[in-house]
Amino acid sequence: MTDRATPLVPVTVDQPAWPLRLRFGVSDALALTWRDLLVWSRVPMFLVFSIVQPVMFVLLFRYVFGGAIPVRVPGGYVDYLMPGIIAQSAAFASFGTAISLAREMQRGVIDRFRSMPMARSAVLLGRLVADTLRMILTVLVIMIVGYAVGFRFQNGWVPALVMMVTAVVFGLAVCTVSAFVGLALRDEESVGSFGLIWLFPLTFVSAAFVPVTSMPGWLQAFATNQPVTIVIEEMRSLALGGPLALHAWQSAVWLVGLVVVFVPLAVRAYRRPS
Amino acid sequence: MTISPPTWNGPSIVVEGVTKSFGDVHALCGIDLAVERGTVLGLLGPNGAGKTTVVKILTTLLPPDSGRALVEGIDVVASPGAVREMIGLAGQSAAIQEELTGRENLEILGRLYHLGRTRARRRAEELLESFDLTVSADRPAKTYSGGMQRRLDLAASLVAQPAVLFLDEPTTGLDPRSRIGMWAVIRDLVSGGTTLMLTTQYLDEADELADEIVVIDHGLVIAAGTAETLKDRIGGDVLELVITDRARLADAARVMSGIGDAEPAVDGEAGQVSVPVGPRGSRAVIQAVRALDAAGIETEGLAIRRPSLDDVFLMLTGHAAESDADSDTRSGSRRRRRRERRARSVPEGTTS
Ligand SMILES: Nc1ncnc2c1ncn2[C@@H]1O[C@H](COP(=O)(O)OP(=O)(O)OP(=O)(O)O)[C@@H](O)[C@H]1O
Ligand SMILES: [Mg+2]
Repeated sequence: MTDRATPLVPVTVDQPAWPLRLRFGVSDALALTWRDLLVWSRVPMFLVFSIVQPVMFVLLFRYVFGGAIPVRVPGGYVDYLMPGIIAQSAAFASFGTAISLAREMQRGVIDRFRSMPMARSAVLLGRLVADTLRMILTVLVIMIVGYAVGFRFQNGWVPALVMMVTAVVFGLAVCTVSAFVGLALRDEESVGSFGLIWLFPLTFVSAAFVPVTSMPGWLQAFATNQPVTIVIEEMRSLALGGPLALHAWQSAVWLVGLVVVFVPLAVRAYRRPS
Repeated sequence: MTISPPTWNGPSIVVEGVTKSFGDVHALCGIDLAVERGTVLGLLGPNGAGKTTVVKILTTLLPPDSGRALVEGIDVVASPGAVREMIGLAGQSAAIQEELTGRENLEILGRLYHLGRTRARRRAEELLESFDLTVSADRPAKTYSGGMQRRLDLAASLVAQPAVLFLDEPTTGLDPRSRIGMWAVIRDLVSGGTTLMLTTQYLDEADELADEIVVIDHGLVIAAGTAETLKDRIGGDVLELVITDRARLADAARVMSGIGDAEPAVDGEAGQVSVPVGPRGSRAVIQAVRALDAAGIETEGLAIRRPSLDDVFLMLTGHAAESDADSDTRSGSRRRRRRERRARSVPEGTTS
C-alpha cells in the first residue's frame, strides 16, 4: 500500500520498573473499587436485596424450620443457626461478583480496560475489595438481626470478632471462585441461571442448618469433609466455644487454597481474548 | 507517562500479513494496510468481514495468529503495554457505566490513566464540553439517548489524548441526525492531528470521513485507495431507475443487463435497478427508455449519476454492502437514506 524505501524495524520499548507498576496496580484497583461503591450508592436497591435475602433465611430457619431441628449447643437452635447463616450469606453474596464481571465483559467495558495501560489484575482486585466491603455490611446486618431474634455469642468478644472476620474471608474466597465463573462465562444470562447452582449443594449439604449426623451415611461423608462445613464448624466453635485447632488449620488450608487456585484462573479468564 | 518514539518515521499503523482464525472460521486471511500519521483510514466491509478483528488485534485485545501489527512502530505482540499508552478505543458497543453520570465515567477513566485527581477532573470537563454533554453531565448515563451514549463513549476513548484512535462502527444504530452530528465531532477530532482507524458498514460514512478506504470482505483486502479512485474503478456513470410495478423488477433487470457493462444491481424494497454504463451516459438513457417502453415497463424515475461507493462495493464483492438477511434497524435507516438520496437526484417522470 505504501512505498517504503527501508524495511520497517519496530521500535523497542522497555517495560516500566516494577515498583511503578505495583503502585499503579494498587491505585487502579482502588479507582475501580471507588467506581463500584459509587454505583451502589446510585442503585441502593442492589445492596438492599443482597441483605433482604439472608435476613429472610434467618427468620425462616429461626421460626419455621428451627423448631423441628434438634441440636445440642448451649443456646439452642438460634445459636447453632447463626454462624451457618452468616457463612451461607457471605458465600451467596459472591453472586454479585460473578454477575457484574460477566456484564462488564459482555458490554465491552472490560475490552476498554484491556486496551488501556492498566494493571491486568486491577479489575479483579478492585471488584474484590468492593465486594469485601459489601460482605462486611451483610455480616454486620445479619449479626444485628440475629441478636434481635435471640442469638448470643457464648465465647467472648475476641473470638466473636475472629468469627466475623473468618466469615468475610470465607466470602472473599468464594468470590474468587465466582469471579472466575463470571469471567469465564462472560454472559450475564448464563451467570444469572447457572452462576449460583454450584453453591446450593455446598451450602445446604453442610452443617450450616442441620447437624451433619442427621443425614444419610453416604451424604455425611461429603458433608463432613467439604470446606463449607469445615469453615462453619470453625465459626461455630469461635462463637459458642469448643475445640478449635483441627478446624482452624483445615479452614485456613481451604481458604488459602481457594484463593491461590482461583485468582490466577480468574486473571487468566480476564486476559483471554473475547 | 507517555512514550514518544522519536525513532519512528513510518506510518502510524502498519499491518502486515495478519491472519486470525477462530477454530474453523478464518476471520482474517492475510491483511496488509498502513495508515499515515494524522490521516483517517476507513475500514469498510459487510457483517463478518473481519473489521472488529483487525481493530482488536491493533488494540492488543487479540493476538494475531501470524503476521505483524505495529502502532507508532511498536509491535502489538511484543510490547502491548507501550501500545496501550498510545491508543484510544471506542468499541462496537458503548462501554460506559450506565449507573454513573457522564462526568463520573470520564473522571474514573482519567484516574485509570493516572492523570491524578485534578487533571482527571479538568479533562472530564473539557471533554464534556467539546462533546456537547455539559448539560447532562451529572445525570446517570442510562438516561442518555443513544447518540449521547455514543458521544460519551467516544469522549471516553479520548481521555488520555491518544495519538492513534480506533473507532469500531461509531455511528451504528444512530438516527441520521445523530450520525451527521457524530461525523462533525470526528472530523473535528482528526483536524487536531490524531490518526484514526474507523470501521464502518456505511459507504457514505467512509466517503465522508476517510482519507483512504480499505475494503475488506471475508478477511481479505479487496480494494484500497481514496473514495475517488475507488469510484473511478467503475469507469464511468451509473444508470439508475425506479420501477412503478414491483412485479416487473426482474423484467426490468433483464432489459437493463443488455444496456449496462455489468449485471444490474436490484434493490427490491426500493424498486430500484442500477447498472454501470461507462461513458455512454445519454445514449444509454435513450436506449433504456426505448427498451423499457417496448417491454411495457413503467418507471417512476430514471437518471444518470456518478457511481457511489455502493456501486463500487457491489462490483467488488458481487453482493450489496449489507446482506438481505440483515434486516435490523440499521438496514432500515440505510434504505431510508437511499430513498432520500434518490429523491434528491432523480427527476420524476422522465419516462411514463
Ligand atoms: N471470538 C470469536 N469466536 C469465534 N468466531 C469469531 C469470534 N470473533 C469473531 N468471529 C468470527 O470472525 C469473523 C469476523 O468477525 P468480525 O467481528 O471481525 O466481523 P466484523 O467485520 O466486525 O462484522 P460486524 O460488522 O458484524 O461487526 C466472523 O465470521 C465472526 O463470526
Ligand atoms: Mg464488528
